[in-house]
Amino acid sequence: MSEKVLMKGNEALAESAIRAGCRFFFGYPITPQTELAAYMAKRMPKVGGTYLQAESEIAAINMVYGASAAGARAMTSSSSPGVSLKGEGISYMSGSDLPGVIINVQRGGPGLGGIQPSQSDYWQATRAMGHGDHRLVVFAPATVQEMADLIYDAFDVADKYRTPVMILADGMLGQMMEPVELREAISPEDLPAKDWTTEGHKNKRPHNIVNSLYLTAEDLEDLNVERYQRYKQIEETEQRAETFLAEDADIVLVAFGATSRICRSAVRAARDEGIKAGLIRPITLWPFPEEAIRATLPTAKAYLTVEMNMGQMVDDVRLVVNGAHPVDFYGRTGGVIPTPDEVLGKIREIAADLDSAKGDE
Amino acid sequence: MSNTLNVVLAGFGGQGLLFAGKLIAYCGLIEDRHVSWLPSYGPEMRGGTANCSVCLSDEPIGSPLVLNPDALIAMNQPSIDKFAPVVTDGGVIVADMTLIGSVPEAPQATTIQLPATQMAEDAGFKQLANIICAGRLWAETHFCEEETLFKAMEKCVPARKAQMLELNKQALHIGMNA
Repeated sequence: MSEKVLMKGNEALAESAIRAGCRFFFGYPITPQTELAAYMAKRMPKVGGTYLQAESEIAAINMVYGASAAGARAMTSSSSPGVSLKGEGISYMSGSDLPGVIINVQRGGPGLGGIQPSQSDYWQATRAMGHGDHRLVVFAPATVQEMADLIYDAFDVADKYRTPVMILADGMLGQMMEPVELREAISPEDLPAKDWTTEGHKNKRPHNIVNSLYLTAEDLEDLNVERYQRYKQIEETEQRAETFLAEDADIVLVAFGATSRICRSAVRAARDEGIKAGLIRPITLWPFPEEAIRATLPTAKAYLTVEMNMGQMVDDVRLVVNGAHPVDFYGRTGGVIPTPDEVLGKIREIAADLDSAKGDE
Repeated sequence: MSNTLNVVLAGFGGQGLLFAGKLIAYCGLIEDRHVSWLPSYGPEMRGGTANCSVCLSDEPIGSPLVLNPDALIAMNQPSIDKFAPVVTDGGVIVADMTLIGSVPEAPQATTIQLPATQMAEDAGFKQLANIICAGRLWAETHFCEEETLFKAMEKCVPARKAQMLELNKQALHIGMNA
């Protein structure tokens, strides 16, 4: 481990990707992720890697496809509108079983939207990041340190399951500086070998094919079923969440990324007032950390999901809670960041409801 | 109550407020505290106020966005108009009076008025009014050890700009003794 330095989230993502063995980065500028691409432009040539500003987001994701097919750790980054453009390429990567890392430093939408922080691409990332039967592993860091750390996991998970992986950040995390301790650099030569790549076989083995076109329905079905077995394995082994005072909480908040930090402050303030609140912070959005939420079902009395959108992850929370307790939602959208006081106000409301329900018994 | 300092630094783009914020953040880092630095990057940067939020705390920082600062450095009129009324009770406002015509009422806080930009110009480095303000804020709040402040400056000024480091240190002294 090295000395702690102050870094922007965007820069920490870039530096750590290089340290995790990424040697190909293809991007296109867009606020609020531009520092990531700018950092890559400066650093990548110094480690013998390739930085390329593509002519479009679509070109960039297809370059990731190409570099990944040749066996390299490759990455692209953008913000919401640009990530929409990458949807086609990400679907092709899933269909071709190609690993790769895609960063989304979210901003407000829909359309060109705004440039302030948002979490309104949750559905896109976890449900429909491109057409077809496929999923995407999605990590949601909440600190600059976690941004630096999760890049390693993102590349490892991508390679292990041969799937694209997304890191879903937002403008606040991308722009803010926090102390970060960077991990040891991994040399690309030391990474596990891949036997499926198309980098030339020198007549020493049968040739490999990387492709997503299958015109025989039964063949395509078999491939999709096989891929979903891998997804099942991911759901069983890769769920991650952090819990904070949730074990004995009456009111369990669920929030990810930047919003989870605000909720942590609100939970502390609620505890100071004698309200038993707690927090579950999903670190993986897909697979959704069902186990962590299910563990609180016997003790919790109500749930509150807080997001910077109109209510997206709340669907996943409701699926797990499955009617056992009320699940409420509080959100701000368009780039507005909720305050700890607003969230505390909502917690107080729910606490009052629980009290009056108790009085009725 | 935990030991926390939330600072807003606000003014025009180009006055070095993000840099001064970084200096304060590094002071926290050197003393092994929790630290965050968040710039405004929205459309307001292109018009009136560029600002950044800095938090120093003994506990993990929840929201890095400071809405009610304990300390404010304001270097233009729109910034002091916007932030002075929301400074916390017992908070500190450092106002650069070279660029501010009138200070709004903020009876809840201590307002320190100094002609920082003029002082910087008189000393021969007019770009360092930001650091004079930071030095003055330190003199009022002692948000870190004195030695830390200078160590942090060494972290913030790149080694290839050694002559700037000396000037920045001088500016700090001017602010601390103002």
